[in-house]
Amino acid sequence: MPVKIDETLTVECETGNYHTFCPISCVSWLYQKIEDSFFLVVGTKTCGYFLQNALGVMIFAEPRYAMAELEEGDISAQLNDYEGLKRLCIRIRKDRDPSVIIWIGTCTTEIIKMDLEGMAPKLEWEIGIPILVARANGLDYAFTQGEDTVLAAMAHRCPEPEFPVRERKEILQKFFAFPSKKKEELAEYVNHSSLVLFGSLPSNVASQLNLELRRQSIKVSGWLPAQRYTDLPSLGDGVYVCGVNPFLSRTATTLIRREKCELIGAPFPIGPDGTRAWIEKICSVFGVEAQGLEEREERIWESLKDYLDLVRGKSVFFMGDNLLEVSLARFLIRCGMIVHEIGIPYMDKRYQAAELALLRDTCIKMCVPIPRIVEKPDNSNQIRRIRELQPDLAITGMAHANPLEARGISTKWSVEFTFAQIHGFANARDVLELVTRPLRRQKNLEDLGRTTLVRKNNKF
Amino acid sequence: MKLAYWMYAGPAHIGTLRVASSFKNVHAIMHAPLGDDYFNVMRSMLERERDFTAATASIVDRHVLARGSQERVVDNILRKDKEERPDLIILTPTCTSSILQEDLQNFVDRASIVSDSNVIFADVDHYQVNEIQAADRTLEQVVRYYLDRCRRQENLDQFVTDAPSVNIIGIFTLGFHNQHDCRELRRLLRDLDIEINQIIPEGGSVEDLKDLPKAWFNLIPYREVGLMTAIYLNKEFGMPYISTAPMGAVDIAEWIRQIHKNVNTLAPSSSSKKVDYEPYIDGQTRFVSQAAWFSRSIDCQNLTGKETVVFGDATHAASITKILAREMGIRVSCAGTFCKHDAEWFKEQIQGFCDEILITDDHAEVGDMIARVEPSAIFGTQMERHIGKRLDIPCGVISAPVHIQNFPLGYRPFLGYEGTNQIADLVYNSFALGMEEHLLDIFGGHDTKEIMTKSLSTNIGLIWNPESQLELRKIPRFVREKVERNTEKFARQKGIGTITVEVMYAAKEALSS
Repeated sequence: MPVKIDETLTVECETGNYHTFCPISCVSWLYQKIEDSFFLVVGTKTCGYFLQNALGVMIFAEPRYAMAELEEGDISAQLNDYEGLKRLCIRIRKDRDPSVIIWIGTCTTEIIKMDLEGMAPKLEWEIGIPILVARANGLDYAFTQGEDTVLAAMAHRCPEPEFPVRERKEILQKFFAFPSKKKEELAEYVNHSSLVLFGSLPSNVASQLNLELRRQSIKVSGWLPAQRYTDLPSLGDGVYVCGVNPFLSRTATTLIRREKCELIGAPFPIGPDGTRAWIEKICSVFGVEAQGLEEREERIWESLKDYLDLVRGKSVFFMGDNLLEVSLARFLIRCGMIVHEIGIPYMDKRYQAAELALLRDTCIKMCVPIPRIVEKPDNSNQIRRIRELQPDLAITGMAHANPLEARGISTKWSVEFTFAQIHGFANARDVLELVTRPLRRQKNLEDLGRTTLVRKNNKF
Repeated sequence: MKLAYWMYAGPAHIGTLRVASSFKNVHAIMHAPLGDDYFNVMRSMLERERDFTAATASIVDRHVLARGSQERVVDNILRKDKEERPDLIILTPTCTSSILQEDLQNFVDRASIVSDSNVIFADVDHYQVNEIQAADRTLEQVVRYYLDRCRRQENLDQFVTDAPSVNIIGIFTLGFHNQHDCRELRRLLRDLDIEINQIIPEGGSVEDLKDLPKAWFNLIPYREVGLMTAIYLNKEFGMPYISTAPMGAVDIAEWIRQIHKNVNTLAPSSSSKKVDYEPYIDGQTRFVSQAAWFSRSIDCQNLTGKETVVFGDATHAASITKILAREMGIRVSCAGTFCKHDAEWFKEQIQGFCDEILITDDHAEVGDMIARVEPSAIFGTQMERHIGKRLDIPCGVISAPVHIQNFPLGYRPFLGYEGTNQIADLVYNSFALGMEEHLLDIFGGHDTKEIMTKSLSTNIGLIWNPESQLELRKIPRFVREKVERNTEKFARQKGIGTITVEVMYAAKEALSS
């Protein structure tokens, strides 16, 4: 049956009363990614309580992050901020000796207008450790955007490129490269401008993406962030950059404006369709003809068959809290699911342009209408819509997961998508593993009946 | 400014929200930035709550910072009023909003003119009080609000019930084993033939608060939350209260005797029916609770003089210290609490039951103390459990702050006679495990025969090149061996001699298909 498709893509905006994690949560994955860093969150008990509870077990593993807890004297400016921070940073230097200290500004430092950016260079000079400032506060940002603010601050510290030296090195490497019969193993790089990828990924996912590009003879010169602060990539005029996550719009802007880099606007490498489009876009920028991607994507789809059978025709509702929503929805539509709504905290139409275009193309290809995209959603309105639509799956925060389950709506916690490995061809299965888990569980419990476990007189 | 990794008690608004969301049909609105509604996650996850938590945020963002909340807070209150029709809406400040110094009381006054619900402003200072104190204060504030209103309307019915009855004050959401304790208290009171007038705040309705004075007296099982309300009711209505925690056989007996005294003094003089609970105490202590017998049994004899450390909130730490020292003959080397505001009471309670007292809310200080004392077992919060793990000392969790495993589905009260059994198990199991470990150490483990091969894969002829070795090391330890095995299996199948990074990921793809 032909479906009439509305090809325009509109973004609605609601009240912004929605549940999400505070952006300071980015320290939890960034301190693990950047091995020689220390994160100091300058905030109140509320921030500390959130970190302590949200990060659970990690707190006890001697983490490389801490709170600079503001007390009443700090708020009323009876104490000297500079002296306070200096005292704490000297102690951190003594206990941990990090290569960089990253101050995370919070709502409180914003309101009392604590001049972190002003104090950092002075203190940096005084104690001899680089100090970065990222204002990852809940007044301006949601959840994963915290990483965006940290990476934007870090971009300023990347060294200038030294082109001649680098090229010479590459030529030398080619000469002495290990001879091998297999062509794939000895992927020669085409001569192209240097390419830096940005976004924090677990290091094995990062090397998987490096490898994918190496197969196309494209060399990744570096990542922002690198495994160590001291290994930050060179950035500057003529360096091409490409994002791997949809929430990095500030970092992208900083790279273009301040570091004079060229941004490759591509869909994000989430799902085999996204990964292929991402590689193809990078290839096209460097004038390389992509090799064997179509077959590779096909193979991956083939391998997902058992999961695709489970999700096909099922409907899904994204309440929205981590900005991965558009990419995930696009992948799930390609998997044959019906997306009712894409809630998203913030929509940068320019940075996500290629992803949005791919979403539109995917909808046309799959003959489904383009789902409504709701920026700054309102959770109580959304819950009303979920009640009416009765989706097969709601992707939502933990505040709503159990109550929805008790009302017979299967849920998947959205936070898991942030911590799971979801990028590249090889991890497409992991995404579907997460998405199908509630559906498989439901199947296992099917015969038990009693899907709604709240009393009748309870409101939905 | 202080360096902090961990805290025992949360910020004030958490306490207010815990009280608000324990009552039926009460909605809390936080004046807070995005992300401060983490309370909803905790309640939904830890308590495995089936209902949506009745707490929402009126978001403070950049615009509010520039121009003030203006109509936003009032609109949000009125919207909730329409949508949910709650009996009461509590506007809760957070530490962020309290520095903004907006006149939130004014918003409340304006909203309450229009709304059908009652609206109050939680009167807590974020930089003075913590979670526990705020909860205590908010509960008193709500009770006072409804009783004052009744009195103004002159429809307060102060006649007490005919039969002896009590209010239980201070059972609430996210409390340490509160639900189980509540059930145990009900059972105890039923045995004593005492009616329960009301239990607040858990499951209580604010509209019923006007009937609180109908009870003969009040029970405050945990002194952290509820004491302020009890003192208020005592002052205003002359209601006596019992603030002893019925935890441990000796204190339960003491608690029952206090009830006995109250019942007998308040019983109408005409009635000749005076109660005597002594036979009940005796029977329960000797035969229902196993704890008294356990203390006499040879198991407990082995624990004599063993050293322990106790740390937690004032109620639990004091009670457990007394149980260990008085009822089990275990030596408490140090007992402490993070309830600094209640330090005097705590010191008085455990005087003579321990060698040393520690009052602090700095977990590092507690950790240092434990490392110095080197006890055989710790009884503390989740934090002490982790300190114990690091130092190889077993720990029983006896107090908040807690984790999801402290919200068991099974029946695990700490109060009452069943509670004494639970505590005895907890204490005994902590020590027994410690002993077992110790004996294993002495005799060199269970299995004295050395295991020759750990891995089941035969890695003949397979070479991992340096790059792939590095890659392998990046894989989290708990799956590394599996990845190693699978890759080698794949390589062998394909006849590949050298394992490169490409081979590793080809193997992953092949295996996942």
